[in-house]
Amino acid sequence: MPTKPDTATTENRERSATVLDLDQLAVHFQLQGNALSRLLGLKGRVVKAVDGVSLRLARGEVLGVVGESGSGKTTLGRALLGLAPTSSGSITYQSADRGPRVVSEMRGAELRGLRTDLQMVFQDPHAALNPSMTIEEAVGHPLVIHGMAQGPELKRRVEEALDKVGLSPTERFLTKLPSDLSGGQKQRAVIARAIILDPEVLVADEPVSMLDMSVRAKILQLMLDLKRDLGLTYVYITHDLATAKYFCDRIAIMYLGRVVEIGPTEEIFDHPRHPYTKALLAAIPEPDPEKMLPRNLPRGEIPDAAEPPLGCSFHPRCPEAVRGCGWESRDLRALVEEHWTRSDTAFDDEQQILGDLEHLDAPSTTATLGSGGSSAVRGILDRIKGEDPDEPLWSGVTSIEDTGPGVTVHFEKAGPPALRRAGGVDVACVLYPDETSDRDEA
Amino acid sequence: MAVRMPHWFRQIWNTKGLSRWIFLVGLFITLVFVVFAIFAPWIAPYHFNQTAVDGVKFPKLGSASSDHWLGTNDQFYDIASRMIWGARTGLEVVVMSVAFAGVIGVPLGLLSGFVGGWIDRVLVFLMDAIYAFPSLLLAIVFAFLLKNTLGGGVVAAALSLTAIYIPQYFRVVRNTTVSAREATYVEAARAIGAPPLTIMRKYLFGNVVQSVPVLGTLNAADALGTLAALGFLGLGIQPNEASEWGYDLSRALDDAQAGNWLPAFWPGLMIVLLITGLTFVGEGLNEGINPALRRRRLQKVVFPARTAGEEVSS
Ligand SMILES: Nc1ncnc2c1ncn2[C@@H]1O[C@H](COP(=O)(O)OP(=O)(O)OP(=O)(O)O)[C@@H](O)[C@H]1O
Ligand code: SF4
Ligand SMILES: [Mg+2]
Repeated sequence: MPTKPDTATTENRERSATVLDLDQLAVHFQLQGNALSRLLGLKGRVVKAVDGVSLRLARGEVLGVVGESGSGKTTLGRALLGLAPTSSGSITYQSADRGPRVVSEMRGAELRGLRTDLQMVFQDPHAALNPSMTIEEAVGHPLVIHGMAQGPELKRRVEEALDKVGLSPTERFLTKLPSDLSGGQKQRAVIARAIILDPEVLVADEPVSMLDMSVRAKILQLMLDLKRDLGLTYVYITHDLATAKYFCDRIAIMYLGRVVEIGPTEEIFDHPRHPYTKALLAAIPEPDPEKMLPRNLPRGEIPDAAEPPLGCSFHPRCPEAVRGCGWESRDLRALVEEHWTRSDTAFDDEQQILGDLEHLDAPSTTATLGSGGSSAVRGILDRIKGEDPDEPLWSGVTSIEDTGPGVTVHFEKAGPPALRRAGGVDVACVLYPDETSDRDEA
Repeated sequence: MAVRMPHWFRQIWNTKGLSRWIFLVGLFITLVFVVFAIFAPWIAPYHFNQTAVDGVKFPKLGSASSDHWLGTNDQFYDIASRMIWGARTGLEVVVMSVAFAGVIGVPLGLLSGFVGGWIDRVLVFLMDAIYAFPSLLLAIVFAFLLKNTLGGGVVAAALSLTAIYIPQYFRVVRNTTVSAREATYVEAARAIGAPPLTIMRKYLFGNVVQSVPVLGTLNAADALGTLAALGFLGLGIQPNEASEWGYDLSRALDDAQAGNWLPAFWPGLMIVLLITGLTFVGEGLNEGINPALRRRRLQKVVFPARTAGEEVSS
């Protein structure tokens, strides 16, 4: 086994020892429409599971990827191994001994060959093992596939791997089927299968979230031991900030396919900057670090990934949102409807004047609404504004003009904020404008 | 890997009530015919093709006697021997046609379900087209086509039945593959670098063939019926190639009209019995293995006898 450099902690060494370099990585899934739209040749909707992620993974570090359900963590992890096709951008893998290779351009056999260096551990260990393969077959299969061992040598290496993950005495496990093992043992077998090829990078997708509380710490400790012994680099995907704090050197917070904040674990926990990070942290009750982060934040729903909000995609839920966050037609509709929930008479009076709001669901920075006369519509909007003058949506309105029986509201156009340096971390939020002129690429 | 026999057998054994009996009765009938088939030369008094012994010709339409237990038919054949040899022919054809259909249908279904795309669409269309055809008609067409090349033997008959059953294996395997393809262990196989063929062989095959044995037994019954129908129409196996009940039945119809119905009765009975046996086995297997249909026998819980003086612990 080649000796690998120690964990790089300082930024300079981090940069010199990059293992994986993602540049504006995007993974978009084309959703199949219904039969009719397919017949008509209409394109289905596109889910931007990962959308413009740039980051560098340093050799020997543990990078945590944290976010709610559907934020694209798994897809990011799959893309790293080439299991999810890259739509745009690139992933470059710098192997210790073979120099840089572009994962996102690899196909077929070349891509399969890459798997000796990049490996994955799955969330559900039971589902990740072929129910009709014994542990010996399953753990040894990577070696067979890559033609790296056979016969007694194969068996020896399987036993060695099982030993490393603590499945000993190995004879007890070799002939077992996955269904004969406990959850923790299955995950150990999955880890054994992943490390048997002696990879450099291990992508662990929520490796303990399906396990009993009692074995979680043991599996995480095992992973740390393996990292030390084998010089592994981890991408640790989780929705559980408590384990991330314990496990990771750096943390990337993801929201709707984008990294919104990334930096050293301590900095993220001690000085969260992005409002989403703050919300996530606030959701862990401090005195009980064992307590899990709820899969979804209590306030608001995660927007539809196929049509994320314009501007900063967190803005509909953001408690700190300001003018430049990308206000749009759907926010206006939500605001009007919220206003109606507060008073029945308002609904009865105004519903006629504003007319159908359905069309506002098409995301746009111009919203035309109203059927009962421009001045009446303006009156309603003013009343809504009067109820909460601080509502940041209004600051995002550039103009309101009369059109036919209603008005057209124009919003300030805004793209998603880029990751920018702020203190020790990078944050994608308009509240943190560029701090330094020499922008870091991070 | 592989489908573990004791496992499903236990499942059937533990099934409740009727379906278990159906399975056992079916198994018994089928086993009797299997014994006939294997030991035909020793059990049957004469060869299926034999019309004379020691130069003495058998009587035509002779009635039952100690020489001819069930009599002879209009072609001077010994009916009992024809019936026993017929079991061999029937089972040979059934096993061959079902095996051929499986050997072709299973890999095609696996490929189609795994690869998807246009290959899948073409194959599904083709198989649906075959399936939509009335099966007897299809068998007749194939029997006609094969008669010139392969003659009227057992292999030709088996092959003409094969095409009927391929779509069923294809469908079952393709559909299970389509869902199994999304399983995490398949993704895991990709992640360790397994090429597509390895994924299909080592990860999908063992998990999608589970329903094939059931389908095999159900098709077996159908195949026997179709074989008899072909024979009845004179398109099946020729009488001098092998003994086939359908053919014998059709020959005997005239005699039945003339009042001698025994030569028709025996082959008819054979056909009905074996079809029943095979169907019962298939249905029994189906109900036993298919969890949606299964009703388990409740196993009695036996508590160990409490020894005197033992405390009741909380
Ligand atoms: N193969 C696919 N086809 C279509 N859409 C997909 C596919 N895989 C993921 N998606 C979509 O991409 C988005 C991100 O999914 P992903 O599984 O990466 O999220 P996640 O962060 O891992 O969530 P979780 O915490 O629930 O595991 C979701 O909206 C999901 O529906
Ligand atoms: S840019 Fe920052 S302030 Fe604006 S909505 Fe997004 S997270 Fe909130
Ligand atoms: Mg996930």
